[in-house]
Amino acid sequence: MSEYAISCSGLSKFYGKTQALDNLNFSVKQGEIFGFIGPDGAGKTTLFRILTTLLLADSGNARVAGFDVVKDYKSLRKVLGYMPGKFSLYQDLTVEENLAFFAGIFKADIKENYYLIKDIYDQIAPFAGRRAGKLSGGMKQKLALSCALIHKPVVLVLDEPTTGVDAVSRREFWDMLIRLKKEGITIIVATPYMDEAILCDRVALIQHGKILVTDTPSVITGTYPWKLFRVRSDNTLNLISQLKKHPEIHSADMFGEYVHAGTEHGKLSAEEIRAFLEEAGTVTTEVSEIAAGIEDCFIDLMRKENE
Amino acid sequence: MNNPETAIEAKDMVKQFGSFIANDHLTFSVYKGEIFGFLGANGAGKTTAIRILCGLSRPTSGEIRVAGYNVFTETEKIKKRIGYMSQRFSLYEDLTVSENFRFYGGIYGMSRTSIRKKTGEMLERLGITELSSTIIASLPLGIRQKLAFSVAIMHTPEIVFLDEPTGGVDPITRRQFWTMIYEAAEAGITVFVTTHYMDEAEYCNRVSIMVDGRIEALDTPANLKLKYKASNMNDVFLKLARNAGAGRE
Repeated sequence: MSEYAISCSGLSKFYGKTQALDNLNFSVKQGEIFGFIGPDGAGKTTLFRILTTLLLADSGNARVAGFDVVKDYKSLRKVLGYMPGKFSLYQDLTVEENLAFFAGIFKADIKENYYLIKDIYDQIAPFAGRRAGKLSGGMKQKLALSCALIHKPVVLVLDEPTTGVDAVSRREFWDMLIRLKKEGITIIVATPYMDEAILCDRVALIQHGKILVTDTPSVITGTYPWKLFRVRSDNTLNLISQLKKHPEIHSADMFGEYVHAGTEHGKLSAEEIRAFLEEAGTVTTEVSEIAAGIEDCFIDLMRKENE
Repeated sequence: MNNPETAIEAKDMVKQFGSFIANDHLTFSVYKGEIFGFLGANGAGKTTAIRILCGLSRPTSGEIRVAGYNVFTETEKIKKRIGYMSQRFSLYEDLTVSENFRFYGGIYGMSRTSIRKKTGEMLERLGITELSSTIIASLPLGIRQKLAFSVAIMHTPEIVFLDEPTGGVDPITRRQFWTMIYEAAEAGITVFVTTHYMDEAEYCNRVSIMVDGRIEALDTPANLKLKYKASNMNDVFLKLARNAGAGRE
């Protein structure tokens, strides 16, 4: 097998006239956690369904775990773990029965592979006799991950595993992924949460079926082209409209209690921004230069794409 | 009417399902025109509370008034004065944009003329007048969410409940959505919102955090950060919710 767990070239997919994927090219190294970060409708699920042999691309090709997704789909399915975005376990089977079912179809030995799911499954084990349909959201998510892992897949494909999940459960889930990575499993994960990007080894930012950029999170944020300031005042909406009046400030976006304002390098200092706002009657409680985050980069790339 | 300054007044609100206490003596007020963030872990009891406040579920006990009306005896009056939108269900996908406005306007008892007027105004504000006869299903999620919010406030409710309104939308749309929320609040509509994006908690005037059926904290984001010695709302949330007991999933 090559050093790549997944490699795609020229992948495109149309639904009628709508282009869901537009000529995607990327590779995922073995043992990587690779994130697809983008909003709903970006094409993440379509891509994952192609990679898991559930959907045919219109053009291009893809290899996963050394197998072609079209020609070798039968062999590939045996080494894939897939957790779809929609809960897809058998609602009428119990927790235990679902796990046994998935182990059964993959001819996997639950005892032998239990070490992989132990941390996750132990948390739902007290409800082993409960029907899957009666579980809470967080428990369903844990069961689905257990079922996707029980045959010890080479590549694990997770479609928005943390959507609608609270901040604590999200962090726990990512702790689990990092442990699985140590077992040598390659993981690709889709998420709309920008802050999860830094937990991936590499990410692709995706929008309207196109990859905007692929790299490590630190390279993406390190190559953000603008000088960025964070500014705070009592009235965020007013602050944004004031900032936008300055000819050298080309973006002003809310980020929590702050507004992030982008300028060309060497054009403006924090002091000049503060003075400009004060003159307009806006008192600031902070103006300081900051490093860009993934969300700043995503917004910037989206704007360029929309231009 | 009770206190004219409050949009929601809850005292010892309890909801029990068998032996399970989903809402355990919640006491809080939401002021008129404020943006109130209603946070909590999955399973903490947020949805139960929202259903009670919208007049859809009868609490076990407590004294609760929404828009001045009693949730035990005046639910129909409450329903007329509130708006509601969630990520999961917002608009009818098989209807056009203007048909959705007509449908919801009709439900809220608006006259045909005022529905037509309101529809025009809102589409103009969104800059999508030309999409008036487009089927919802064919619109991008971002536009749909903004439309769903417009529909939820077209009858100028006193309070609008937003249940994870920005889940899954792109970062630019998310910000445009919050600009709309600010504008609605400035126009006097009280906003009651849940979210899993902790940066959005910062956009709220006040935030409550539910843990295991109880309100563990309620204050402005600035005061909460001070109190829990945290640099952002995510840390405040993690500090509170991590202590959650067996009630959490």
